[in-house]
Amino acid sequence: TETFGISTAQLTPLCSVKNLIQVPTVRSTDFEVHRNWLAITHSLPVSRWYYENTSEWTLDYPPLFAWFELGLSQVARRFDANMLQVENLNYASPATVLFQRLSVIVTDVVFIYAARECCRCVREPKGSRDVLSRPSFVLAVLLLWNFGLLVVDHIHFQYNGFLFGFLLLSVAKHLQSQHLQGALLFAFLLNLKHIYLYVAPAYGVYLLRSYCFAQDNKDGSVRWSSFSPLRLLALGAIVTSVCALSFGPFIAMGQLPQVLSRLFPFKRGLCHAYWAPNIWALYNVLDKSLAVLGVRLKLLEEAELPPASMTGGLVQEFEHSVLPSVTPAVTLVCTLLSILPAVASIWLRPHGAQGFLRCLLLCALGCFMFGWHVHEKAILIAILPLSILAVESREDAGIFLILTTTGHYSLFPLLFTPAELPIKVVLMLMFTIFSFTALRKLHSAQGSLLHPLEVIYLLGLVAVAIACEVVFPLSPWQQRLPFLPLLVTSVYCAMGVCYAFLRLYASLLLRREEKPKQL
Amino acid sequence: MQTWSLVSICVLLAIIARWGVSLNSYSGAGKPPMFGDYEAQRHWQEVTYNLPIQEWYFNTTNNDLNYWGLDYPPLTAYHSWICAYIAKTINPEWVELHKSRGYESTQHKLFMRMTVLVADLLIYIPAVVLYCLYLTDGSSKKKVSIMFCFLLYPGLILIDYGHFQYNGVSLGFALWGILALGLGWDVLGSMAFSLALNYKQMELYHALPFFCYLLGKCIKTGLIGRGLFLLVRIGVTVLATFALCWLPFLAEPSQAMQVVRRIFPVARGLFEDKVANTWCSLNTLIKIKSILSGDSQLYLSLACTLLAVLPSCIRLLTKPTFWHFKLALVSVFGIQHWAVFKPTGLKCNEICYACPFLVFVCSMLPLFLKDGLLVPYIVTSLGFLFFSIYLLSALDHCSEDKLRLGAYNKLFYCLFIPWGNHFLHFYISIAAMVGLSIATAVLIPPPHLPDLFPVLVSTTAFLHFLGTFIHFNVVQFSEPPSRKSQKKSN
Repeated sequence: TETFGISTAQLTPLCSVKNLIQVPTVRSTDFEVHRNWLAITHSLPVSRWYYENTSEWTLDYPPLFAWFELGLSQVARRFDANMLQVENLNYASPATVLFQRLSVIVTDVVFIYAARECCRCVREPKGSRDVLSRPSFVLAVLLLWNFGLLVVDHIHFQYNGFLFGFLLLSVAKHLQSQHLQGALLFAFLLNLKHIYLYVAPAYGVYLLRSYCFAQDNKDGSVRWSSFSPLRLLALGAIVTSVCALSFGPFIAMGQLPQVLSRLFPFKRGLCHAYWAPNIWALYNVLDKSLAVLGVRLKLLEEAELPPASMTGGLVQEFEHSVLPSVTPAVTLVCTLLSILPAVASIWLRPHGAQGFLRCLLLCALGCFMFGWHVHEKAILIAILPLSILAVESREDAGIFLILTTTGHYSLFPLLFTPAELPIKVVLMLMFTIFSFTALRKLHSAQGSLLHPLEVIYLLGLVAVAIACEVVFPLSPWQQRLPFLPLLVTSVYCAMGVCYAFLRLYASLLLRREEKPKQL
Repeated sequence: MQTWSLVSICVLLAIIARWGVSLNSYSGAGKPPMFGDYEAQRHWQEVTYNLPIQEWYFNTTNNDLNYWGLDYPPLTAYHSWICAYIAKTINPEWVELHKSRGYESTQHKLFMRMTVLVADLLIYIPAVVLYCLYLTDGSSKKKVSIMFCFLLYPGLILIDYGHFQYNGVSLGFALWGILALGLGWDVLGSMAFSLALNYKQMELYHALPFFCYLLGKCIKTGLIGRGLFLLVRIGVTVLATFALCWLPFLAEPSQAMQVVRRIFPVARGLFEDKVANTWCSLNTLIKIKSILSGDSQLYLSLACTLLAVLPSCIRLLTKPTFWHFKLALVSVFGIQHWAVFKPTGLKCNEICYACPFLVFVCSMLPLFLKDGLLVPYIVTSLGFLFFSIYLLSALDHCSEDKLRLGAYNKLFYCLFIPWGNHFLHFYISIAAMVGLSIATAVLIPPPHLPDLFPVLVSTTAFLHFLGTFIHFNVVQFSEPPSRKSQKKSN
């Protein structure tokens, strides 16, 4: 904790302080989204929250987040009451901007606390080392200065720090064997942002298997007789009470179907305007190339193809021309199939909290790879917990470097104005230099972290970056194919993410043969 | 962790801080007809690109000297010409003669900020990195910490990237000069410093220590043999550098004279805009401006400057070591206002010195308020203070012995000013700064004293300058430390 004390004191104020400097930067649509939600929760009665649609940015997070916005709006009133008028679309006075940015910085306190708890769970090797080489310090920096979080939260604007704080805190509690607290925190998290449903299977199966069944047989399999109904009841009570707190008023008013329809808008397309680097990006590209090839080789008639696929760029409703179209049901099945081995593994051969963490990562990545309308920001759900594993094991550090560098680079298109170019490049360089050198020093005794081919792939990212940011805007293709850099970024990163996914799976399944590592 | 990775991370952080401040407002934004320093720089690009060299410093129909006429030496003009050349390829509207007056747009702002960043990256930042790695003592972590604090100094960042100037270039050249002198390459050092002088005439304040140090060194090595040879080499280098920079203006004497007239505008008064120097503070007690005529004011200031600087320079002449050289540089700075940034790095080793440097930044607060830079001011100052405290080790390392405060304290006891514990002094200074900052930013001064807060700030800053100036002079005249710091000289 002393290490963390020093590192928190050194790092986070700089972090927040730097973000204050960026108060005048370009704001994204998410800024207006949250301002709108502040207005809705403040000015309208509860019964209208999920029906209100004056603005296109309707409330699509679970009710607990709405209560949170209501709380924030009480403070917002002191800064600038005009932002709380629902009709003031795109209202962005300096006081509004200051308030919103400050709210992110203040709620980040949850994340800082969570990072501290995670650092306490990390094993410290014996022997005195200087502060910079201790695993807990490296983890603190990797979490607090995570490029993705900085970019998405403080520049792009969201409350992910706050939410990830809950996730990491819940993981830390499980690592410290305080399962009820972990479950409570996760229940809160689910009711704040339902994207964390991605990792709910890991929680469900782990808690059922390792908490409700109090003991295992000698060979690690389930001992059915040790089932404890009391524990199951406790878990159930926690989950239902949190859900009641959040959804209660809406169920009482009979608005549940409306709320659910807002939370899960399946009318949006398979990919959103910028393809997240997952399987479907590769699928789309394959489809497009086959279509183009087919037309060139006269196997297909251009007139038969859906119009968007040939001329348009990246559209929301994507109809595949050559390969079969993908429906939400298909993605659900694929996702479930992809996480099944991981979930089964922690049921059959649990490895304690570390195994749970690995399963959580695989669930997050699996849903990212195969999910419907995935945002590229969701990669952070996998990157942040992986940091904990990376400071402890060499193999995980290698996977972490690939996933993080690729995942963070895939966030580049989020900041597209020239003013933000130096910021994103410099921040990315800083984080990459630190993660590579610090992790290499931590695991230096066990050989190199990355295979040469992996290094070549990562260096290729630099080439892609230069091509997309510098060469492309100055080339003649800028007019005809404006979506080309986005496509190249998606596809290149998708390959890296898939590779990391497979390697993580390998590390989980192959561990079954060894003795389970100690916690 | 390896030093190179720590150094690169610190440099990248410094770049982020600079670019972050860049995104804020600049001086004279949206304030016609004269705008501010930003428009001045843009205008110089326009003038140097479109007009022939002979007309740059003259008042012609195409070049109205009353609207931000060129008043820096030729190197600034050449730099503006290069920037204008690039500007023309991106968007000719930015430097169109006459028509581009008061041009303001987001792209242009990005371009101008980029020019400052590029100049810093090429000249200032490498000088700082090399200086801290090679000419400071301590473990490599301590060197990196000093470098980091040096790079984060709010004064330079706020002026160059907020208000808009190119101080990084002249300071960078001067720092290269100091670096070269520290490594024993006197000729290269004098060339670098001549370049600095030719970029901004304010470096003249540092010229005296340079001159005395080099002269002293030549005398010490023996005026008959090697010393004379060194003197000749340095002299030739300096003259050659000046000749090269002034080449286009040496064709006619009237050209050169006009440039000199523009660079040293003796028609201006003793002080402008309530700056934190002797004269402003003195003016509150005795209305100097009304007592003395313009010329007398000028001679008075010149005489006082020379007198104040004389002791340390004479000491330097007699004992030309690098350590004494650094101290002389610091002693000189108390007299004027802009070029206060340099000494920061030289003496960043001890936390206590961070305090006066922050006071200087605070003294510029009225200027920052005018430019709309309050938030960056708060953020960068807090960041600098925070990092100095944590990285440069706790206050308890500032032992009296290390700072050689013994003589200093004795001096003040003689004057019956109870100085007390120097930690207390540190906290009092910080508290005073915070209080004055809040007052300047938030409170409205009483109507019969409209400039109350700027004057209060200037006076406080002046008192700090005076204290620091006396301190460094005292240190210079006491014995140098017996440890390794002598090893780098000669």
